[in-house]
Amino acid sequence: MNTGDIQADIHNFVVENFLFGKADGLADDDSLVSKGVIDSTGVLELISFVQERFGIRMEDREVIPDNLDSIKNLVAFITRKVQQS
Amino acid sequence: MQVEEFLERNARQNPEKIALICGSARYTYQQVEEASNLLAHALVSSGVKRGDRVVVVLPNSLEAVLAIFATLKAGAVFVVLNSTIKADKLTYILNNCRASAVIFGARTMAAASACWADTPHLQSAFLVESTEAQLDLIRSAGKKAFSFDEVQKQTGNRLPPAKKCIDIDLAALIYTSGSTGRPKGVMMTHLNIISAATSITTYLENRADDVVINVLPLAFDYGLYQLLMMFQVGGTLVLHDSFAYPNVVLDKILQEGVTGFPIVPTISSLLLQMNLSEYAFPKLRYISNTAASLPVEHIRKLRSLFPHVRIYSMYGLTECKRVSYLPPDQIDIRPASVGRGMPNEEVYVVDSNGNRVGPGVVGELVIRGANVMKGYWELPEETDQCLRPGPLPGEKVLYSGDLFRTDEEGYLYFVGRRDDIIKTRGEKVSPREVEEVLYALDGVAEAAVIGVPDPVLGSAVKAILTLSPGAQITSQDVFRHCASKLEDFMVPKIVEFSESLPKTESGKVSKRAIKERDSKLEGAPALNPSE
Repeated sequence: MNTGDIQADIHNFVVENFLFGKADGLADDDSLVSKGVIDSTGVLELISFVQERFGIRMEDREVIPDNLDSIKNLVAFITRKVQQS
Repeated sequence: MQVEEFLERNARQNPEKIALICGSARYTYQQVEEASNLLAHALVSSGVKRGDRVVVVLPNSLEAVLAIFATLKAGAVFVVLNSTIKADKLTYILNNCRASAVIFGARTMAAASACWADTPHLQSAFLVESTEAQLDLIRSAGKKAFSFDEVQKQTGNRLPPAKKCIDIDLAALIYTSGSTGRPKGVMMTHLNIISAATSITTYLENRADDVVINVLPLAFDYGLYQLLMMFQVGGTLVLHDSFAYPNVVLDKILQEGVTGFPIVPTISSLLLQMNLSEYAFPKLRYISNTAASLPVEHIRKLRSLFPHVRIYSMYGLTECKRVSYLPPDQIDIRPASVGRGMPNEEVYVVDSNGNRVGPGVVGELVIRGANVMKGYWELPEETDQCLRPGPLPGEKVLYSGDLFRTDEEGYLYFVGRRDDIIKTRGEKVSPREVEEVLYALDGVAEAAVIGVPDPVLGSAVKAILTLSPGAQITSQDVFRHCASKLEDFMVPKIVEFSESLPKTESGKVSKRAIKERDSKLEGAPALNPSE
């Protein structure tokens, strides 16, 4: 799976689940929490999706904005984890 | 005494003391004082007068703190709203309290822009991180527009404006969900707030060396009081914008040597799912919980993880801020109790005739004290329902609408609510408010909103809909519609379509029958009345 596919998957998931199908100009480097796209339960939903879809495990320590708080950060994090596994 | 004097006194006595930590930035009492004085003068020059309402719609940030204190210093009444508020509700509240100014940020720009035309009383807008184009847009809608950041750069008067208020003047309107569907403004005077803050800081034994972390929105009175109470005792507040990334918060607790951590049950659910073995939190003195009762299992786990930390189980109502707390030495003895009245407050249980009842008898809880609100803003009938004559001439006591019993030693146990308000994530949701939004969606014939048990949220908001003949609506359509009209926590988590909704004999939708049907279908346990 390449970075482009991961990006498309994440983008679709965020738009479908948190923006209910309307992207509303969401950019890949927008902060999902400060833009109000997700809250603490949204973060949990995002973690379940990432673990299930990409077959990776997220440790508590990895649940930080640097890994999760934008589509761009998520793609970089997942790419790194997939390569490690 | 007035609430803004909390800040002014510390700025005089401990000017270099750190008052506020936001992210990596630290602000002393003197810095917060001078910055809020600049803003207070700007509010006054923009036309804000004694008793005017100023609406603040900002995420947890330095700017929100400055806006609250500047409003008080200008002699006005602050109204803090959730920064995820949508245009309809914002317009409603701006008009309901006839706000003369609003202070907001980029996140609320879209909602605020939709308000200008319909808010005739609103004169001025202060925008954080504004652009010239945004300010021009506001001006073209006939309002005065100011850059919050430009105000802060001024070299103007750094002393507070002359005092205009006395302590029985209003300091805040705190909007809360009403069973009628429209939010109600709870009127709190300076004296109400100072009385509540004094009672709470007394039993929490707060001191100037306390460092409290607040992850709860300042629009929520539990979050707001963390700020007020730390400023009252001259402590330090670590203001964080959410609990979305628990590790970041836990690291902050360690780094800043946090001594007090106020939570709601959703936070303890999230915490207890994590591996907390690497966190000892040697400086943490207490964890307080309110909004909904902490499940006894959570209390046990928190006690065993952090045996040195005192757990305060508390119960509150916006109408009097806080009702009761369980002294930490009682938590292992009676973990299901929400304790007793606060210092300088009397609470008792009455029957339907208003007579006090003894231990074990279920009745309505009544609160008597200087912390009890002055009423609901411009709602005399609803005010008269809950504020009724007390023992002294002219005195009013608060009828909570919540059912309680006491044990032999006078400790309180929550039995249930008289209305059908849902508590989700620690926030109150009026089913009626959500239903009204659902009815506005084309194709919805009937809508019923209930709370269903949820391990993280306490209760999750569930919508059950019947559709008009031929209507084709998906749950995505419902979520999207609700998300555009309601604050995040009010948006239903679950949508179910049904052929029909059960009715009472008089033809009204029966919530009781829906809840029974729902719990049978889901095989879910009955709602724990204490949650």
